[in-house]
Amino acid sequence: MIIGKIENGLVLDHIRAGYGMKLYEILGLDKLDCQVALIKNADSVKYERKDIIKIDRMIDINIDAIGFVDPNITVNYIEGGKLAKRTHIDMPEEIEGFVRCKNPRCITTVEQELPHRFRLTDREKGVYRCVYCESKLEVK
Amino acid sequence: MRHLIDIMDLSVGEINDMIERAKDIIENPADYCEKCKGRKLATLFFEPSTRTRLSFEAAMYELGGNVLGFSEAQSSSAAKGESVADTIRTVGAYADIIAMRHPKEGAPVVAAAKSTVPVINAGDGGHNHPTQTLTDLLTISREKGRLNSMTVGLCGDLKFGRTVHSLIAAMSRYENVKFVLISPEELKIPEYLKQEILIKNNMTFVETGDLESAMPQLDILYMTRVQRERFFNEQDYLRLKDSYILTPDKLENAKADLSILHPLPRVNEISVAVDDDPRARYFEQVRNGKFIRMALILKLLEEAEQREEQ
Repeated sequence: MIIGKIENGLVLDHIRAGYGMKLYEILGLDKLDCQVALIKNADSVKYERKDIIKIDRMIDINIDAIGFVDPNITVNYIEGGKLAKRTHIDMPEEIEGFVRCKNPRCITTVEQELPHRFRLTDREKGVYRCVYCESKLEVK
Repeated sequence: MRHLIDIMDLSVGEINDMIERAKDIIENPADYCEKCKGRKLATLFFEPSTRTRLSFEAAMYELGGNVLGFSEAQSSSAAKGESVADTIRTVGAYADIIAMRHPKEGAPVVAAAKSTVPVINAGDGGHNHPTQTLTDLLTISREKGRLNSMTVGLCGDLKFGRTVHSLIAAMSRYENVKFVLISPEELKIPEYLKQEILIKNNMTFVETGDLESAMPQLDILYMTRVQRERFFNEQDYLRLKDSYILTPDKLENAKADLSILHPLPRVNEISVAVDDDPRARYFEQVRNGKFIRMALILKLLEEAEQREEQ
């Protein structure tokens, strides 16, 4: 399968297979009016299978959201058809605004203006918990 | 501003100091009867409670202070849709310290973030109830003279029981404590607590469904109620509510110095026939709740005063 080269934009590479669509949703890429390609289950030397997202425009991207979905993702910045910068992501200590607490007993379910915030409580296992009710946040 | 939201907000040293102070209050009540003269405690109970609210109020009165507040959300501005943050900021203008119970988990975190006076979490849904844990720790300390080197049996609803979760977390910081976790399969302790507290701290624990066979080894038996309000499905509640009923015959093989505790209220999980057994200590536990809350109110008010002076 051939997906064309991009001149100026971003390539999110080494996304854990199956997590590309989740990242697409969290980053709100459906709202962009430029070309966006989501490639699922691409061959990978490192992981056997991976997902890739190509965005045909240089946009401000939420690095925290990427680190939350999968800290092994690399963000490639393409300028003039060439790789200008490659960024490796770390898991953020705290995330806010792009995922919601699913616990029906959490205070955020009744107080609509409270920001949905989560704190990294186990870096090894990548566990985030709601700062209010401490419920575990599931990526998928 | 120092608050108490989760029992783990307190260090072991702070807990031990409060326990010692509560014991001193029991021994020398006259020394404390004017410690909070002119101070006000606001009890904000967005959810009904008997023991916790009354023990907070009794604690403040015994310290010579005054109490204001409400005992259900319907009699507060919450019924008009006021946010927790706004309620707390308003009450902070009238009171020196706040004890708050709320049905939603995490509400005290919101309150503490906006409060100008110390906030004590008096229970947030099925989440935290740190003053119950302090009560339990004071009771165990008074009963056994120590908080280490013992076998603690926890029986009943270990899945939704917030008092159980907090007590396990708190006692996991003391040496040589063994837990026997007695529950039906559906109400076993959540996996994350097992992983993040028991296994992480190398605690010795066993899980069983059989109360009677576990009985002979226990120094403490902490009974809990299967709580109707924690179930979304009434059928599940009805099926599980009578899983364990402690009766005198089940205590035949128990140690002579066993202490039976319960956070109360009970429904039928401890037969009233057990009440006369000298090992039944749950009403003494209720009394201890007032004394440890006195120690806590004093601690938080003193820390707030020190901060103001600085």
